Amino acid sequence: MTDTLTIRPAARGAQRDGSVKRRHRSITLTVITALALIYSLLPVVWLLISSTKTQEGLFSSFGLWFSGDFALFGNIADTFAYQDGIFARWLLNTFLYVVVGAGGATLLNALAGYGLAKFNFRGRAAVFAVVLGGVAVPPTALAVPTFLMFAKMGLTDTPWAIIIPALVCPFGLYLMWTYATDAVPDEILESARVDGAGEFKIFFSLATPLLAPGLVTVLLFNTVVTWNNFFLPLIMLKDPDLYPLTLGLYSWAEQASTVGGDVVYNLVITGSLLTIVPLIAAFLLLQRYWQSGLAAGSVKQ
Amino acid sequence: MMITRRRALLGAALSITLLAAGCGGSDDSDSGGAAAETTVSEADVQAALDAGGAIKVWAWEPTLKQVVADFQKKYPKVKVELVNSGTGNDAYTALQNAITAGTGVPDVAQIEYYALPQYALAKNLTDLNTFGASGLDGTFTPGTWNSVHAGEAVYGLPMDSGPMALFYNKEVFDKHGIAVPATWQEYAAAAEKLHAADPKAYITSDSGDAGFTTSMIWQAGGKPYTVDGTNVGVNFSDPGTQKFTGLWQPLIDKKLLNPVPGWSDGWYQGLADGTIASLVIGAWMPANLESGVKAGNGKWRVAPMPQWEAGGKATSENGGSSIAIPEKAANKTLAYAFLKYATVDEGAATRAANGAFPATTKELGSTEFLGKEFPYFGGQKVNEVLAASAGQVVPGWSYLPFQVYANSIYGDTVGKAYLGQGTLQDGLKSWQDASVKYGQEQGFTVK
Amino acid sequence: MTRRSWIGWGFTGPFLAVFALVFLAPIAYSAYLSVFRTQLVGGTTFVGLENYTKALSDPQFWEALTRVGLFLVIQVPIMLFLALLIALAIDSGRLYGAAFFRISIFLPYAVPAVVATLMWGFMYGSRIGLVGNLNESFGWAIPDPLAPDLILTAIGNIVTWEFVGYNMIILYSGLRVVDTALYEAAAIDGAGQFRIIRAIKLPALRGPLVVATIFSIIGSFQLFNEPQILDTLAPNSITTYFTPNVYAYQLSFAGQQVNYSATIALIMGVVTMLVAYLFQRRGMRGAER
Repeated sequence: MTDTLTIRPAARGAQRDGSVKRRHRSITLTVITALALIYSLLPVVWLLISSTKTQEGLFSSFGLWFSGDFALFGNIADTFAYQDGIFARWLLNTFLYVVVGAGGATLLNALAGYGLAKFNFRGRAAVFAVVLGGVAVPPTALAVPTFLMFAKMGLTDTPWAIIIPALVCPFGLYLMWTYATDAVPDEILESARVDGAGEFKIFFSLATPLLAPGLVTVLLFNTVVTWNNFFLPLIMLKDPDLYPLTLGLYSWAEQASTVGGDVVYNLVITGSLLTIVPLIAAFLLLQRYWQSGLAAGSVKQ
Repeated sequence: MMITRRRALLGAALSITLLAAGCGGSDDSDSGGAAAETTVSEADVQAALDAGGAIKVWAWEPTLKQVVADFQKKYPKVKVELVNSGTGNDAYTALQNAITAGTGVPDVAQIEYYALPQYALAKNLTDLNTFGASGLDGTFTPGTWNSVHAGEAVYGLPMDSGPMALFYNKEVFDKHGIAVPATWQEYAAAAEKLHAADPKAYITSDSGDAGFTTSMIWQAGGKPYTVDGTNVGVNFSDPGTQKFTGLWQPLIDKKLLNPVPGWSDGWYQGLADGTIASLVIGAWMPANLESGVKAGNGKWRVAPMPQWEAGGKATSENGGSSIAIPEKAANKTLAYAFLKYATVDEGAATRAANGAFPATTKELGSTEFLGKEFPYFGGQKVNEVLAASAGQVVPGWSYLPFQVYANSIYGDTVGKAYLGQGTLQDGLKSWQDASVKYGQEQGFTVK
Repeated sequence: MTRRSWIGWGFTGPFLAVFALVFLAPIAYSAYLSVFRTQLVGGTTFVGLENYTKALSDPQFWEALTRVGLFLVIQVPIMLFLALLIALAIDSGRLYGAAFFRISIFLPYAVPAVVATLMWGFMYGSRIGLVGNLNESFGWAIPDPLAPDLILTAIGNIVTWEFVGYNMIILYSGLRVVDTALYEAAAIDGAGQFRIIRAIKLPALRGPLVVATIFSIIGSFQLFNEPQILDTLAPNSITTYFTPNVYAYQLSFAGQQVNYSATIALIMGVVTMLVAYLFQRRGMRGAER
């Protein structure tokens, strides 16, 4: 194991690709694995098909097949037009929370992960124990204490109430820690120090490029967490203009149980589809980076 | 107004009422108590309107939007910020959190009748007698006016009401030759006949709904809850309750109720495709049918709530909200001006015209309101039936001062009966026991 | 402290500061709350450890804990075993379109729990949902997944769906870092695929498996979103004390028992940490061999 750890992730990837070609492919194995694929995609297919239906079509047609009229584009237009176009606002809010929250979380993770990996300081083990302990306490049960604290600081019903908690991602810390251990060789750091470079300069100009795949990975995972965050905004936000997408969609779904409320299941479904599309696109476009980033993270204990 | 769901879905009420203050409940048990003196006169309220200012309103009722716009037009110096802080339990969480934190408390908050006693008891609301609200006696229907009272104190003004009626799908009824049931006996027979004629169709749906159950017991003359300040009684073995279980248990046993949970997409679908042929529900239902069950356009009708005795005239309330002024509100005088505008003055008419079901006797009696023909209901003058129901609500009902919690555990206890585990009466007994236990833990004297 | 130590803390400090604010401070506040009792009538009194003794003899809490314990010992192994099989299949290099499999099976991870539960909730519908459609179209008799005796399985399926791909990716990533020279050497020695899996791949996966299991343990004990959202569709199958976290939530939001709720949350934190720690020690003892 120790040998492989000194090899950089990218190098390993290249090596593996070469060896793969030499094996012959199996139809049986492909078919069996395809069962898992169907399982994974079936609900997504349902969402896709359902988003082409009108409110009436949803109630009157078989779930996994199209109803008579193809209303996808109408639904998308309606989703963006409904309630004076607030969906677009929610989308922008979500982007803001992701850019500042997940972006900031990634920066904090990178700094801390690098610090833990490359500086053998006292109390390092305690940091790990404390972080693991904090993660073990269910966050939903902490919602009320957190709300009361934030209220006293005047942070509730502001974007900060979402962004500040989003800045902490323990899983990201773990990934960056393990990634930085291998991806940044100590010798490079030592020679930079000999050249008289400051520690933070070394981090930003020397270590950061080496950490890039790990950073992309952590950024993506932090993005998922922030993008899908629901419970915290529910507690913290009153103003619909500050809602992220998840909470906004929930409020639309809830209208069905409100007197005089508009029942808009078709928009909830189309909105759900629009909510997951950007994330899926990000994972697809960046898959080369995050997969190699995870590879290094997963071996270390 | 929201329909009582069993669990505080992602939000609920009143958690930490007394936490921040550390004493809120205190030991004075006069919460059912005497009226506060009038200290703010009508002239003071008018002066506040002229001087202007800003208030924050937390409500989810959709027709308030227009009311706020009109109000600001009439009083250009007053700025009203209307915030939809969530529906039902979500809104209570938000309100309770704000009250506990002591910051961001709205000036006006929408609170359902069943939840109002809880806030009143914790002294989180302003006694509106300060503004002379007791002078509004007679303005509202007796049922709703009673709902906003705790003793002499008035903790909110009724915004809408939900006197119950039978909403039914005429097309389905006609197809199977079913007459509109006037009594519960006829209703039970109709349930059997319909399901026999079409095994997919049910007279109604019920998977266990605390609000429906209590409203049914209410109509049957039951008074399971007795409340006198902090002395509370819970008793589900009274004759009224037994009338209800005697009717409903056979319907469950014979599987004559569609078990799809209320307000789910499946429920709306059932209402649309005729497999849920009728609903006994509050008078606010027309707007929901029109928006959520478009396929039912022209097919639905409204009839009086079935009676326990032929020729009887007894109904009950189902749902409905008041608007109230939190104790920690910043601008109470302006808030009261808005309350009055929205529930008594022009606002009441505006809301009725936009589809809300009013709580004021004036709107309920207006020829314009009563004569309105609803195309969705085949041109029927639906409000005539509903307004009649509003005048027949059985008096003397009260909810527990911890009804939000009690309703939240309905599914844990009575819910089992809907799954065939034990009877309704057994379930109600364990609901009673759990409510008593909770009340005692919270320091109430429970009989 | 040495200069290096200071720099180390300097890098780690910002994260820890926010962590303390968002995690540790509310936990400390909860610990404070847990030694009080607040009543609607009577106000707040100091009760010492009474809430803790109450929790330990609370049948609803034990029922909830037993349920997630059951979930942990059944759902987690199934999910991780599936993830392992898929990871090995994709890594074997014998699949057509391996990259497509990899990304597609991972995709559910990107779907918010709210949306995932909405989708499965629809499919579970035994009257109007997919289950209902299938029963009607093909004359099948699939039992109602939302009935009380199947609801935990139904939730287990949703959780498996959400996270099998995520765990697969972690394991697959672990396989990618195995030096391929080892495989070639084994092949020259005449070892078959299954031999290679047993002798090389599985040992290499010990670390990733421990990580995946620890996250799954935490996830199981904190089970909340899926039962909470499914509750609207299966109100009588999911009690207000279905899982410890649902129970803590109900106590705090509907029951106004913040103090007791904080107690439950802290007990669950300790239980989770203990189980995760014991597992990690066991798991890693093997690795050091």
